[in-house]
Amino acid sequence: MTASSDIQMQVMWYRLISVVEEQAMTLLRTAFSTSVREAGDLSAGVYTTDGRMLAQAVTGTPGHVNTMAESVRHFLNEIQRDEMYEGDCYVTNDPWKGTGHLHDITMVSPTFLNGEIIAFFACTAHVVDIGGRGFGADARSVYEEGLLIPILKFVDRGQVNRDLIKMIRYGVREPDKVVGDFYSLAACNEVGHQRLLEMLNETGYENLDELGEFIFSRSRNATVERIQSLIPEGMWANSTIVDGYDEPIKLVVEIKRVNREIVVDFSGTDSVSKWGINCPINYAKAYASYALKCIIAPEVPNNFASLEPFKITSPVNILNAQRPAPVALRHVLGHLIPDLVFGALAKVLPDLVPAEGAASLWNLHISVRPTSNGEIRQHEILMFNSGGTGARPSLDGLSATAFPSGVHTMPVEATEHTGPIVVWRKELRPDSGGDGRMRGGLGQVIEIAPKDGFEFDFSAMFDRVHHPAAGRNGGSPGAAGVVQLDDGTLLRQKGWQHVPEGRRLILKAPGGGGFGPSSERSEEARQLDQAAGYVTARED
Amino acid sequence: MKPSVDQNKIRIGADIGGTFTDIALSVGEIIYSAKVLTDQQAPENAVLDGVFKVTQQAGISLSDLDSIIHGTTLATNALIERRGAKTAFITTEGFRDVIEMRTENRFDQYDLNLKISPPLIPRQHRYPIRGRIDSEGRELQALDEYEVEKLVTKFSASNFESVAVGFIHSYLNSSHEMRAMEIIRSALPDLPISISAEVAPQMREYPRFSTVCANAYVRPRIERYLTRLEKLLKEEGAVCPAYVIHSAGGLISFETAKKFPVRLIESGPAGGVNFAAELSKKFGMRNVVSFDMGGTTAKICLIDDNVPETSREFEVARSHRFKKGSGMPILIPVIEMIEIGAGGGSISRVDDMGRLQIGPESAGSNPGPACYQQGGQNATVTDADVVLGKIDAGNFAGGTIQLSKSASVAAIECDVAGPLALDVITGAFGINEMVDENMTNATRVHAVESGKNITEYAMIAFGGAAPLHAARICEKLNIKQCLVPRGAGVGSAIGFLQTPFSYESVVSNVMSLEQFDADTVNHLLTELIEQAEGFVRMGTQAATSTEITAFMRYQGQGWEIPVLLPRRNFDLNDFSEMTRLFEESYKSYFGRTIDVLDDLEIEVVSWSVRVVTEQRAPEKLNFRAGTERLLQAEHRSVFESSSDKMMECKVYERESLLAGDRIAGLAIIVERETSTFVPRSFEAIIQDDGSILLINRFE
Repeated sequence: MTASSDIQMQVMWYRLISVVEEQAMTLLRTAFSTSVREAGDLSAGVYTTDGRMLAQAVTGTPGHVNTMAESVRHFLNEIQRDEMYEGDCYVTNDPWKGTGHLHDITMVSPTFLNGEIIAFFACTAHVVDIGGRGFGADARSVYEEGLLIPILKFVDRGQVNRDLIKMIRYGVREPDKVVGDFYSLAACNEVGHQRLLEMLNETGYENLDELGEFIFSRSRNATVERIQSLIPEGMWANSTIVDGYDEPIKLVVEIKRVNREIVVDFSGTDSVSKWGINCPINYAKAYASYALKCIIAPEVPNNFASLEPFKITSPVNILNAQRPAPVALRHVLGHLIPDLVFGALAKVLPDLVPAEGAASLWNLHISVRPTSNGEIRQHEILMFNSGGTGARPSLDGLSATAFPSGVHTMPVEATEHTGPIVVWRKELRPDSGGDGRMRGGLGQVIEIAPKDGFEFDFSAMFDRVHHPAAGRNGGSPGAAGVVQLDDGTLLRQKGWQHVPEGRRLILKAPGGGGFGPSSERSEEARQLDQAAGYVTARED
Repeated sequence: MKPSVDQNKIRIGADIGGTFTDIALSVGEIIYSAKVLTDQQAPENAVLDGVFKVTQQAGISLSDLDSIIHGTTLATNALIERRGAKTAFITTEGFRDVIEMRTENRFDQYDLNLKISPPLIPRQHRYPIRGRIDSEGRELQALDEYEVEKLVTKFSASNFESVAVGFIHSYLNSSHEMRAMEIIRSALPDLPISISAEVAPQMREYPRFSTVCANAYVRPRIERYLTRLEKLLKEEGAVCPAYVIHSAGGLISFETAKKFPVRLIESGPAGGVNFAAELSKKFGMRNVVSFDMGGTTAKICLIDDNVPETSREFEVARSHRFKKGSGMPILIPVIEMIEIGAGGGSISRVDDMGRLQIGPESAGSNPGPACYQQGGQNATVTDADVVLGKIDAGNFAGGTIQLSKSASVAAIECDVAGPLALDVITGAFGINEMVDENMTNATRVHAVESGKNITEYAMIAFGGAAPLHAARICEKLNIKQCLVPRGAGVGSAIGFLQTPFSYESVVSNVMSLEQFDADTVNHLLTELIEQAEGFVRMGTQAATSTEITAFMRYQGQGWEIPVLLPRRNFDLNDFSEMTRLFEESYKSYFGRTIDVLDDLEIEVVSWSVRVVTEQRAPEKLNFRAGTERLLQAEHRSVFESSSDKMMECKVYERESLLAGDRIAGLAIIVERETSTFVPRSFEAIIQDDGSILLINRFE
């Protein structure tokens, strides 16, 4: 490769990343569900003709991006090349072929140039409802969790599949929002195609073959180089206990470096749960490889080849649940996987790996209804909230910040517009960060009440209530989470529960663990903590 | 009555940038300009220094001036450098940490050692107060006035210099914020108080609170500075009114600027956009992209039908390599531009993966690019321009700075060519290509986000580094025409001279078209018009025009698109007209409207009114085709990208060229403040007003 064509390839690589970023922005700007438009629970990417991810949008969350990386191949297996036409757009929300639960809609569309398919665009977003029991852990099988759309055509040669729209309209609770989001998903792939074709037209290339090889060889080499320079040959294990639904769950990991690869295996992890907290392997893979990438090669753009050296395996268990296990809340365990993986990596890289954090988002789904009889219509409200992240080797943890998830919270003012609730409090939770040389990030306190004349049910999907985030290298654990009513009644961390008119739901999201012995925390840092009220009482 | 700006004949524009303070003086049709170094400690001194220079050139005194128009990066820099006042923030109980929790997101997904800038106002200076408005604007809980009163003692004891107030849903009902302000003001009348319902009355608590805090934070500093400047100018004999240019490109009085200093963010670049808009009007150019590239950043803005794109949100003080999401959101009417870290001083390096990266770090003026030989060691874009022959090392900035080509060669060899195993010329070309691609990408993304096709645009290039890079970017964007105006090097300051008075008022008021209430709309718009006109009337009595925009969406969406409304009394039947206007606009952004849901409603989320003084129409000019004539030219060796080698290139003095002259690329046209690079694919035609029009010959 000549020097100037090398530069040409680099320029096109940047361009491709900006193409998918435009794709993601279109989704954000047109979406209806607050989970997408306010919280950015989405992803977007471009793929080779055989389904390998070339580039992903910076905007997006790892649980989507890395599952979508696998998802496109399922589409290619099920829809034959001779059934694909210009103007097509395919869809699924199959948890095992999409991104792990029914609420995520994945769309894939082919890009044609001169009659040939030259790429695929894919995108995913979390919609506010998909029918069934609603977003929660209580279904006993995926059949109860809502409408499953197998891989099929949403748009055929430019024509929207109206039968499918009809099924959705009558099968979900907030039909306008859900159908609207289907349209914005399709629109975002459309924008991707147009930009890609413009790019090829301008650069004079007819396909992405050469660029693809360039991206893949650069990314693969860089990742392998980092693996080999950072991690010696060897094997490290970790296990952890997390809350689960009604009984604690043991997660086990074993990490090996074998030549150019890192192999992660979940053998020994507890078996499938009867509640909807199971995780399909694609989602477990997504977060395991995300964790590896953060430690090993954070600067290498995320694509097929930069993920390839990470091999993730598991026998059938709660992290590799098979159809028809219920999987609606697969994110809870999924979000805990990075801490599990970090625990093993810390044994070989003790100075690089942060302490455990709140990890799992403190999401809740609220169904509000009037207390007076007769009115059936409910308001569906979804809120994403974050606890504190684990302290880093040389930095405090981040307070009330999502990790490993890449989503945002919704503004309280936007949330209150979606239904009759009042959020009375959403602020930092003092004294919740684990002490240490570096302090864990603080969790947050949230208080929510139904408005006068209303009551609500909420679906709890919380963890680290009974098993707080552990500190690392002598750091203290973060504070455990608390779920209760304002009259002191303790509630469960998972499942649908009731909040009557006049009461407030109080959520105390967990803090992150500390890093290093607390005796090593600087006096200056302690004074700052006291002054700001991050820490209110000094324990000696 | 104050004189209207439009009647003025002698005007001064003063633009304080990070490095230079640019001054432009217009006496009738003649423009005098000066560049002086910015005085960081006492910026007014540099302004005065520059004003003396241009008035001396013109042979006039300060008392002859009819108006002074000022733009400054001081507000932006005070936020970036955290040099603001000791500020208290009063907020709703339960929401003390909104500005600290942000959106709870990380702006970089893979960086475990991410640093998030601490909030502008630390937690111990944020005071939660009981009292709550609900999402329909009704009072759920009364304001605890007693607690507010108790704050008075605290504020005076702790020497707070400024106060911000931000309550939940105050954009719907500001009574609690107003009451809190009254209580504090009656006890401490000299303490400046900013309330969110006045500074940024829009939904979403984080950006609104962030804006009111930023306003309060910079307010005492800006107030003092503007007062000093006013006094100095008066002492030196100026008797004319002085105005400040705001972020949406209009003028406001010093009084308004002192109260809402957050509106001065991007004030200088906004002036540059005015400059481009005025030119587009002069030449009858319908779709223009203005490209302003200086030493540190490049600013890109779309101008359709002579009116710049505007936006209601801006992110200031990005902490992490200009990364989106790492700064603080500011809700102000602002000219919609993107600013990226690409300028003459942008530093290039090779990352872990062997990828060439340019910027956003800049060598600035201190230490400057390697070729300045002032201690800068890094290879910058300017160094690449020197190596490629685009900049003549012996004649830079009118010969005021002697550049060292060998220093550029050494820096590029060490930072780029060596690590990538390239020769120096290819390395320099790589730097050029990469920085041009960065700006190209930014422009393209920006166009798409605005629903525009960039290939239908012409470019107007100004700022010290832009004319060197403009043609290549046009090639990449498939733009056929580019205009390099006279005075390109101090374009923003010249732009100030052409600025109208304007003010935009925005209010959130969600209304479904199904329940279109003409009375409410008429009432609300009347109020907005009164407010905006009030601000404009503080500065001028000239004739104004009024632009009304509804920000609309399908009910359930979270982001709106702007829909221009006619100015008239609305009645019930306007429901269908508004539907039509919305659908038309939606299609142009996103391809198709949503037609499968009969009960999907369309709603207006917020309303904006922009009042602007009408401008004297510039003299219209047509582009000339030009003729080639035999011209004296020097020669030097310049890298030619399509043949991939150094070639002989003609060099012309801009001042020696006449209207109608046509020059084919490869050529360079040099002038005191910048140089225009004409690649082989372009030709340059000198226009009647001295502008250089670059046209792609192969299109």
